[in-house]
Amino acid sequence: MPKDSGIGASSKRREDVRFLTGAGNYTDDINARGQAYVHFLRSDIAHGRIKNVDTSAAEGMPGVVRIFTGKDFEGVGGIPCGWEVTDRHGAPMQEPAHPILAQGKVRHVGDPIAAVVADSLEQARDAAEAIDLDIEELPAVLDMKAAAQDGATLVHDDLKNNICYDWHLGEADNDKVDEVFANAAHVTTLDLVNNRLVANPMEPRVAVAEYNRGTEEYTLYTTSQNPHVIRLLMCAFVLGLPEHKVRVVAPDVGGGFGTKIFHYAEEAFCTFAAKACNRPIKWTASRSEAFMSDAQGRDHVSTIELALDADNNFVGLRTNTYANLGAYLSTFSSSVPTWLHGTLMAGNYKTPVIQVNVKAMFTNTVPVDAYRGAGRPEATFQIERVIDKAARELGVDPIALRRQNFITEFPYDTPVALTYDTGNYHGTMDKLEAAADLAGFAARRAESEAKGKLRGLGVNCYIEACGIAPSNIVGMLGARAGLYDAATVRVNATGSISVMVGAHSHGQGHETAFPQVVADMIGIDESMVEIVHGDTSKIPFGMGTYGSRSLAVCGSAMVKATEKVIEKAKRIAAHLLEASEADIELKDGQFSIAGTDKSVAWGDVTLTAYVPHNYPLEVEPGLEETAFYDPANFTFPAGAYACEVEVDPETGKVSIEKFTAADDFGNIVNPMIVDGQVHGGIGQGIGQALLENCAYDENGQLLSASYMDYAMPRADDVPFYAVDHSSQTPCTHNPLGVKGCGEAGAIGSPPAVVNAVLDALNSGGKAVDHIDMPVSPSRVWTAMNG
Amino acid sequence: MYSFEFEKPSTIADAVTALEGEEAQALGGGQTLIPTLKQRLAAPSSLVSLNGIAEMKGVCVEDDGSLAIGGATTHATVAREAAGNYPALAALAGQIGDPAVRNRGTIGGSLANNDPAACYPAGALGSGATIITNARQISADDFFEGMFTTALDEGEIITSVRFPVPQAASYQKFLQPASRFALVGVYLARFADGVRVAVTGASEDGVFRWSEAEEALNKEFRGDALMGLRINPANMIGDLHGSKEYRAHLVGVMTKRAVEACV
Amino acid sequence: MTQVSMTVNGKPVSGDVEGRTLLSSFLRDHLSLTGTHVGCDTAQCGACVVHVDGEAVKSCNMLALEADGSEVGTIEGQANSDGSLNTIQQAFQDHHGLQCGFCTPGMVMSAAALLKENPRPTEAEVRKYLEGNLCRCTGYHNIVKAIMAASGQNVSSIAAE
Repeated sequence: MPKDSGIGASSKRREDVRFLTGAGNYTDDINARGQAYVHFLRSDIAHGRIKNVDTSAAEGMPGVVRIFTGKDFEGVGGIPCGWEVTDRHGAPMQEPAHPILAQGKVRHVGDPIAAVVADSLEQARDAAEAIDLDIEELPAVLDMKAAAQDGATLVHDDLKNNICYDWHLGEADNDKVDEVFANAAHVTTLDLVNNRLVANPMEPRVAVAEYNRGTEEYTLYTTSQNPHVIRLLMCAFVLGLPEHKVRVVAPDVGGGFGTKIFHYAEEAFCTFAAKACNRPIKWTASRSEAFMSDAQGRDHVSTIELALDADNNFVGLRTNTYANLGAYLSTFSSSVPTWLHGTLMAGNYKTPVIQVNVKAMFTNTVPVDAYRGAGRPEATFQIERVIDKAARELGVDPIALRRQNFITEFPYDTPVALTYDTGNYHGTMDKLEAAADLAGFAARRAESEAKGKLRGLGVNCYIEACGIAPSNIVGMLGARAGLYDAATVRVNATGSISVMVGAHSHGQGHETAFPQVVADMIGIDESMVEIVHGDTSKIPFGMGTYGSRSLAVCGSAMVKATEKVIEKAKRIAAHLLEASEADIELKDGQFSIAGTDKSVAWGDVTLTAYVPHNYPLEVEPGLEETAFYDPANFTFPAGAYACEVEVDPETGKVSIEKFTAADDFGNIVNPMIVDGQVHGGIGQGIGQALLENCAYDENGQLLSASYMDYAMPRADDVPFYAVDHSSQTPCTHNPLGVKGCGEAGAIGSPPAVVNAVLDALNSGGKAVDHIDMPVSPSRVWTAMNG
Repeated sequence: MYSFEFEKPSTIADAVTALEGEEAQALGGGQTLIPTLKQRLAAPSSLVSLNGIAEMKGVCVEDDGSLAIGGATTHATVAREAAGNYPALAALAGQIGDPAVRNRGTIGGSLANNDPAACYPAGALGSGATIITNARQISADDFFEGMFTTALDEGEIITSVRFPVPQAASYQKFLQPASRFALVGVYLARFADGVRVAVTGASEDGVFRWSEAEEALNKEFRGDALMGLRINPANMIGDLHGSKEYRAHLVGVMTKRAVEACV
Repeated sequence: MTQVSMTVNGKPVSGDVEGRTLLSSFLRDHLSLTGTHVGCDTAQCGACVVHVDGEAVKSCNMLALEADGSEVGTIEGQANSDGSLNTIQQAFQDHHGLQCGFCTPGMVMSAAALLKENPRPTEAEVRKYLEGNLCRCTGYHNIVKAIMAASGQNVSSIAAE
């Protein structure tokens, strides 16, 4: 029986009511009295030397408050990178300056050159057009392999080359790896591209900043997944402001998907300019601006090799990847191709020897950083595509080949630095085979063929490292932050509870799911618990929401704080019941003496805590507890996905006919929300696989600069998805046994789609062994006729 | 957007007068023009809305059986009201943009803009329609002069479009996945005196008639008649969404499907 | 500046606007009806969909002056008169048809327009009708399901809630 409340119940989302009635409060809905508007004049070329920015004609134009250029930010800090990666020789990565407004050079289309503050946005735009730019265009650095060559044009003149770092993980001894491959019975090699994507949360980025001269306090409203991180980075590294004088609020945020983790120049600018202009400053990105200023995702070019012995056991895996970082280092960009990608190259398989090599490149493109999955989709795509190719080459069943090589004993130390605490990969594959009715595929293929269509089945597995992350481990790996989280459980006198959490909800449903946990622990109605998030002045601290961490990390802090609350409440209850604290039990909101019918209600205890007339003298009044939680390990959600496609052989058009996901997320708090997270991830994964492509031309101009050319998945591009998460191996090291579910769909789905397309083409007699994503009709047709 | 004056006349005559102003521009449904203005790619001094002119709205059947569609008639209206008399054209209108766009976008606006990937130019050219303006009548064969270029003079308004109704017709649209314009769209109309095949989305020069296909189909109206015919990829559009060769190929496939839909 | 008058959610309103003022700006900035969202500048995303004289339109792609004299309906006017969610809104909540909520107003307004013209749409018809409404969160699964449920159809057989 499904539960109707508490942990495990599909409680309806309370936040929906405001969103469904137009009563949400997104950043662009916020207007400060007397606010001015900023328009950023952005580079329309990819690479150039700034010779002069003449603002004189623009200064006096109607409504202009002030015009800022890079010169105004000399002596001000730049946008920092939060993760220092050490290269294969032990040297720190090359870390170029990232000014708020361009200084010396422009390095990508969209690089901000000047900021015009005016009474209205249109006046700011008018004045920006009157700024006279003298920029010497330079050759654009775009191709990563060419950029790595000696003598290549430099994106950053003060760096020795365009390579941010040349990094390595796993087996360091090249000879040993060579030997494994030389002795292998079979080697499968695959060159592939993980296409660059634009995250495209439906809400564009917005910032509204105010400065109060009386209190010397700043308030920044911004579209962020992690307001405390923004405050820390902006105060400590960019503007040099005292943290206690800066309040950062991320109100309702319309989706993030990673791209709203990062600290951006625009929000620092608004904060800076609010004081400089003595007016609130508002910036709202247009979608066109988002395409050239939001950090983008993926963009890896890889060669992967898989070695198998005569029995088809995986014996070695070697991968060489060029990872595009764009023109500057965005906040967590450096960690994505390394610690979020290389560490996942074992996948679900017990491959004994793995070597990962990554060259991270600067190019004249928009910065690249984490996008839903962040490194893990790139790893999964490589592994699962090369296995599929190997199965085809060997003429073996791709599922059997995977099963044969599954890791089955836990904990398992991979050759690439992780310890998987638990999992059951056969279990999820069993669920998948049943849920996807793989037995019925042949009949469905015959039906498709009768219609003149090719039908293909693609299956793959995935594993991800979530619950990011143990601070001591990431600290050793170069993170410049801890990745714990925090929660305060504030019980009010009447028994209702406010929980201040460091996680930020921008679609994940924390306002519903988190109360389910607290209410379940105490045995009260969920409606008595309210979540407060997104405001540095209201919550203790928080590292925010990304890496499928909210429940696993912040939720654990919330559990710890709730346990402290319960412990104290029991002491009060024991006093009221004149019993020993050890004999007090809490069930269904009643404290009772074990084995008796004497009890006192939750509300009586909480009232006593605040009206302590009859009260234990050794206990402080009040009932509020804070806990910080630093995870002991990553969590490891894993699963198996199946996709069935039809291909129109005349046009190359692919349609997704059936998509099935079997995930192991450990324990689940709200199954409805978990399903929704998986659906959304699959939608994005299908988008990557079939539709989305952020492309630049040879001059570094963005070709997919709007929704006219960047193909977002629409309702009729996708089917209903079948989602199963009944195979559960609870996480062994957090109190809820949860693993995280936010990114799985986006990680697990692209290879299933591509594998399915290739299966379809091969079933039609076309010996095609790879097509790069997006697998567009044009590319499919070209592959079939090439 | 740059600043502009807005006028909304209620007669064609008033609209013509308003459009005589310097840098005045007609506004149909605005579904392409407004995004263009947002990007500051156009700077009209005034916009003259044609949406308040009752005589430019609606679909009616003429005495000769042809269909007359007012220039300010929305795609949604055509999709609804032409369905009985000219279902292929109604189907075309029902495939433009999305429902909300179809509730605003107009046939006159679409034809005057002549986007190389728009649907209506194929429908008009394929049908051998007559574009009627405040000043004259222009046959579709003379109207489309290349990408975003038409025979319209400055300030000239499409007041209505007259479509002869063929014996059979079909519009086959292959979507550009992002914009949902046509990557390739083929409008095929079969009249007593011959077949017309108009292709949109494919050519650098905008909508065009595929005369070789017309000749072949005039000899024998079946899909196989197109076997061996090939569009020269050289003049095709090649971009992110499809190569020149792919578009040339699609023209053949879509034309064949249009024929099959007619027989 | 020109005066524009219209009826919004049943109430007569007016204001002084420029020629270039968009209907979405008039609703959001002049009337503080911020439930209508702007997610793109090319009329593709549909977060701004409202009803003008009963038809769904993209309010960021229509001048405010074009709506002079019109009946305009926005998300703020969709709930029942007692403040409870209407059938479509309730179906979206029941079936988890929204996550971040940003596309939601446009989805609800489009769904209402669809069900007005097609009271029992098939799955394919729902998906087709939503081609002008982008959602990045839900993969559309629960949106389609919610709309079908709102039309009175039994959706219990659709995979996974």
